Amino acid sequence: MCRIGSIKCLEPVQPAMALRLMLPQQEGHDNSGFALVMQDLEGVFGHYKDKPLLSLACTAKGLGLVDDYMEEKGFVQVAQWVPDTNPRDGLKIEVMQRYVFRNYDYPEIYRYRTQKEREEFLLDTRLELRKLLEEHNGGYVYSFWPDVLTLKEIGDPGDIAEYFDLWKEDGRLCARNIVAQCRQNTNYGIVRYAAHPFFLQGYTLCANGENTFFTRNTEFQKNLHRGYVGFESDSQNLLYTLHYVHRELGWPARYVKHVLTPLSAAEVRERPDGEALEMIRESLSQLQINGPNAAIALLPDGKMMAMCDSKKLRPIVAGQHGNMLAMASEVCGLNAILPERNPANDIYLNEREMLMVDNDLAASRWLQ
Amino acid sequence: MAAVNRIHAQDITVNDLPWKIEYDSASCIGCGACVATCTFGAISAAVASKGTSIAARRQKDGERLVIRQSQSIPEACVGCGMCEKVCPADAIRPVRNPESRWQVIARGPDTIKRGGRKAAHKRTLDSIVIGRISQMTDPALDSERHTFDLRSPLGRVLKPVDLPLKAVGENLLIQGPIPSVRWIYPLIFSDMSIGALSARAWEAIALATAYLNEECGMPVRMCSGEGGVPGALLQSERIRYMILQIASGHFGWNRIISALPKMKADPCAVLIKMGQGAKPGDGGLLPAAKVAPHIQAIRGVPGVTLHSPPNHQGLYSIEEAVQKMHLSLNAAFGFRVPVAVKCAASATSVPVYNNLLRDPYKICGGYFIDGIDGGTGAANEVSLNHTGHPIVSKLRDCYRTAAGQGLQGRIPLWAGGGIGMTGDAAADAFKLICLGADGVILGRLLLQIMGCVGNEHGRCNACQSGRCPTGICTQDPRLVRRLDVDSAAQSIVDYMLAFDAEMRKLMAPVGNSALPVGRADALVATDRAVAEALGIQYAC
Repeated sequence: MCRIGSIKCLEPVQPAMALRLMLPQQEGHDNSGFALVMQDLEGVFGHYKDKPLLSLACTAKGLGLVDDYMEEKGFVQVAQWVPDTNPRDGLKIEVMQRYVFRNYDYPEIYRYRTQKEREEFLLDTRLELRKLLEEHNGGYVYSFWPDVLTLKEIGDPGDIAEYFDLWKEDGRLCARNIVAQCRQNTNYGIVRYAAHPFFLQGYTLCANGENTFFTRNTEFQKNLHRGYVGFESDSQNLLYTLHYVHRELGWPARYVKHVLTPLSAAEVRERPDGEALEMIRESLSQLQINGPNAAIALLPDGKMMAMCDSKKLRPIVAGQHGNMLAMASEVCGLNAILPERNPANDIYLNEREMLMVDNDLAASRWLQ
Repeated sequence: MAAVNRIHAQDITVNDLPWKIEYDSASCIGCGACVATCTFGAISAAVASKGTSIAARRQKDGERLVIRQSQSIPEACVGCGMCEKVCPADAIRPVRNPESRWQVIARGPDTIKRGGRKAAHKRTLDSIVIGRISQMTDPALDSERHTFDLRSPLGRVLKPVDLPLKAVGENLLIQGPIPSVRWIYPLIFSDMSIGALSARAWEAIALATAYLNEECGMPVRMCSGEGGVPGALLQSERIRYMILQIASGHFGWNRIISALPKMKADPCAVLIKMGQGAKPGDGGLLPAAKVAPHIQAIRGVPGVTLHSPPNHQGLYSIEEAVQKMHLSLNAAFGFRVPVAVKCAASATSVPVYNNLLRDPYKICGGYFIDGIDGGTGAANEVSLNHTGHPIVSKLRDCYRTAAGQGLQGRIPLWAGGGIGMTGDAAADAFKLICLGADGVILGRLLLQIMGCVGNEHGRCNACQSGRCPTGICTQDPRLVRRLDVDSAAQSIVDYMLAFDAEMRKLMAPVGNSALPVGRADALVATDRAVAEALGIQYAC
């Protein structure tokens, strides 16, 4: 089972904090990867928050293809950060030739378009880049969005951290929101795109467990939105459902829980809003999950949420101290980064709850 | 010395018939129960003439009673075994005759007719197993302790973007109506009419339905079949457990329409029957022998053979069928009752389903596909054995076609035709659900649960004759008394309770508490061709 975790902090934190959250949870699993998504960036990206940031892991040839494509589309590169790497023998990591994080300015014709049009354009661009790189076996593009950075790699999380020098806390790479995952590979070949957190148009999600309705979800989602691609992991389904319900349908975020783990017919009948819930359950039955899963998500506005399957077959816990709130699969992660907190205030979500954390760290525990 | 009989090649002898009576005169006590019980006139009591057999002459035992088998085609033994059932001395039983010439001799000027299902053959469902079992990557559920939600939709399900919901603050408010959708048990008691069934057998199924709903919490629905519904039921609250069927003969609809203003509750749904799997392209058939006075009354017909047309007269296209029939039946119940359609599985099922999915009125509430192994109360045997389409790949094709367009689940798919043919209805249902069915329809098995002895190996299947030996498919007042309504209903309830437990036993190992509709990854096929056709894993 993958271990998942997240940090939301009023002050920017660095990836080392995420590593301290995740590594205590790694005992007993095969450590086949590490991935994180950072949102609300400071440091080297702090001045470019409104400029879409491209997160790439690719070959030299792949990078050339990306350069050509972006230039042809009229994107203007305004900043670039290439992580310092520390290659040494014995590191368990499958490195790519290039790791590139770049901010671009929109093409001229998009400078005066609406926010919505820009967001659709950014998605289309990422999908095109993904296709281009896939066709030439040139690498991976994880996200292309303002103020969001994604880093994923295959290997031992500790070795990945050493390779990218993530332990160094020099303030260059930091953000107020981090969603991270240490990967255990059981069901699928090791594919970089299969490593969560996944990202789509401002939505980030990681989910562990086994989505037993993967086939059902996937068959439905393939026709639902052009951005629902890949399906290398059964956790992607949960991201796409979140995106569909919140962004495409425009429903309040808590309805995601009603879609993913609807109440039973008998429970719905007892509710004053039962009629609407029945409609939702009926119409979106293909997006149900049936466990076992726990999920952490980050919304475009920075709110962070968590939930688990309707039988609570996968755990998730949240804790807070001072200006930092963290979530993790296992409480040992919280103990590592929030040792001063009062564990009695930790939130262990039950199967019908959803946790929503605002940008001021106010956490609301909503019962479905 | 007796004269030597001349042999006529055309004569019918016992050895030409499908079943031979094995009779032990030494054990027989001469009570006559077997003769009295046989509804087909296949046996009779006779007195063996004194001194006619060599053995008798040697033993000098004189006259004695013997049971003789009729040698005529109309009175041929059907192998029902009622004689064996009643014989106190174990002296008589029917035995399958491998030398039977039945298929050659039984066609008079008329076709061979019978009830039951197609003759036994290899079933696709038997080469599929539930092979994706939750082991260490995810936990299997506990079928005894976890809560399982066995409910399926019947009604037109709107796409999410078409739902009349509006976000107001943190809530979604309903802004308009949607088509009516019933969430019911994923097994429907399929359409067998009063007429095809004895009123008692039909009543037993209706009783079981009500009991399952009211005492067992299982919202099982029963389809009336094309034969009308008793007036008292039409005007009762329990009509909500019924799916009213309208087929090409429109039998019983005068009474239903007349009852509309007096109805206290809405029926569950209306099912338009276009065809059935047992005899696709052929209409319903109720031989005159079964059109008793009470059947005439409920159907509003004279006492003659009732042969429904092969299709709905006056409908010339699918678009028109949707506009005219679906709309008018929706309108009849104020758009509160889902209207679904049942077709025989066919090479054309996918285009039909596609067409329904694109119906602009969104008023088709279910597509019932009935496969070649479906049962019937009466059909030409040539239709039964040689027409139709297997259900499994057809159901799967329909599901996959809808899924390819993102329209799966919009018109619920209900599959039928041979469900529970081996007795394991839950396994059949579960596999079809994984392949894309929302639920299954089941008919013939109900009769077998009530005591019907017919099978796919040529036993009995005389449902068309009016002489059903179990009182299930006859209107003969003497025969229907053989069926005890309460115990027949109880047998159905018991079977359904076991079915429900077995469904949970199949859902739990794959880790699902909700029905795994379309979850084909839970299945593996042990036959490579089946795996390929259905798009599921092959395992050996």
